[in-house]
Amino acid sequence: MKASVFATRNHKEIVRDPLTLLFGMGLPMLLMWLFSVMQKNMPFALYEISNLTPGVIVFSFSFLTLLSGMLLGKDKSSSFLMRIFASPLSASDYILGYVLPLLPIALLQIIFCILAAVFLGLSLNISVLLMVGVLIVISLLYIGFGLLLGTIFTDKQVGGIFAIFVNLSTWFSGTWFEPDMIGGTFQSITQFLPFVHAVNAARAVLSGAYSDVFVPLSIVLGYTVFIFMIAILLFQRKIRGQS
Amino acid sequence: MTIEIDGLTKQYKEHVVVDQLSLNIKMGEFFALLGQNAAGKTTTIKMLCGLLSPTAGDALLDGESIVHHQVAAKKKLNISPQETAVAPNLTVFENLLLMGRIYGCSKTEAKKRASAQMNLFGLTPRQSNKAKTLSGGYKRRLSVAMAMMSNPKILFLDEPTLGMDVRARRDLWKILNQLKGQVTIVLTTHYLEEVEMLADRVGIMHRGRLRTLGTVQQLKHETKKNSLEDVFLELTEEGAL
Repeated sequence: MKASVFATRNHKEIVRDPLTLLFGMGLPMLLMWLFSVMQKNMPFALYEISNLTPGVIVFSFSFLTLLSGMLLGKDKSSSFLMRIFASPLSASDYILGYVLPLLPIALLQIIFCILAAVFLGLSLNISVLLMVGVLIVISLLYIGFGLLLGTIFTDKQVGGIFAIFVNLSTWFSGTWFEPDMIGGTFQSITQFLPFVHAVNAARAVLSGAYSDVFVPLSIVLGYTVFIFMIAILLFQRKIRGQS
Repeated sequence: MTIEIDGLTKQYKEHVVVDQLSLNIKMGEFFALLGQNAAGKTTTIKMLCGLLSPTAGDALLDGESIVHHQVAAKKKLNISPQETAVAPNLTVFENLLLMGRIYGCSKTEAKKRASAQMNLFGLTPRQSNKAKTLSGGYKRRLSVAMAMMSNPKILFLDEPTLGMDVRARRDLWKILNQLKGQVTIVLTTHYLEEVEMLADRVGIMHRGRLRTLGTVQQLKHETKKNSLEDVFLELTEEGAL
């Protein structure tokens, strides 16, 4: 109940400052269109819409990291969080309050990107619907990264760190090129991080290879739980004033 | 007593920030906690609000221990932090409503309280304005009004007039004067005229310790000084301990 009151406030804070939100929805659609145009002039299939769509949607989730990190960071630097910490809200109320308003935004990002993809040639079928479910689960990973960044850093620092995060999460995701094209250490790092597994899980479900979803999605879920656990532990330390 | 502080201490490794603080504050009293920067005022307030765990000691807020019954103690208090601490994209009314709902009010009750606070703090004409568009003075009023939404027994005001112009500060003093007696207020400030105008009693902290306690008149009499500023300077002089 109290979590939903806090979540409503956070939802309003995000949607009433819509620049980042619009950018997080518009840029992925623009990229999808650009790479589709490139594909038409390429002699081999690298950016086919069925391959591109899951990667671009996962890329768009990095804006969820920015939104959640900035909101939490701002609340911290304006002392709004201090006011909230002094209230009888529990740690789970805070976390739910920051996570819940981002899920509908993730869903909107997915829907807009799928609509753009359909316009560019993606055929609608049951796999697209199943991909929506998988992507919602994946979005939690990116929200978790935002909560972690917002807990540790100020809003200004989160803005700077996001630039690094968005590059890392994109280069190591296999969205724009297959990691084995570079191989070696790059490929090892890619396999160690969760981003490529997120893209692979979404691609597998869209292509109908449902049995290939389990392993990459499990890795993503493991990372999500780990990131949330660290974020919650650090958050609780802040509530208790130990840091 | 509304606040009973007993041996409250905060220590970071070797550095003692608040050292064995003990004092009682009566119900409805307007109490000013003074001290130079880094004297331990904000740390004391943060401990009393449950934002920092004390290293030693305890405090009872309306009978509830801040160490053993923190959630119950939190229901008795509210705080207006040093920064304005408002939700910038919410309107004045929505900010007030949010605080009421977080403290468990029904929607109807929260609306009723929000209207009452807007009347008291002169915020009614601004109720539909987003908080980020308000002037510094109005943001401060909103900040204190938000703290009042839970009908707290104890209100902590951490430098509530910091950075405000003279008129805005005087306007807020008038409002705070109206709260006197209804709620126990603990104020920290660097503006000594604010203390003379508002406070029933004053405590001066220096290097984490409470140096003196009393009414402004008592402190002037004890130190044989003519102004609170002189009293303050004498008690917080380096080597005064």
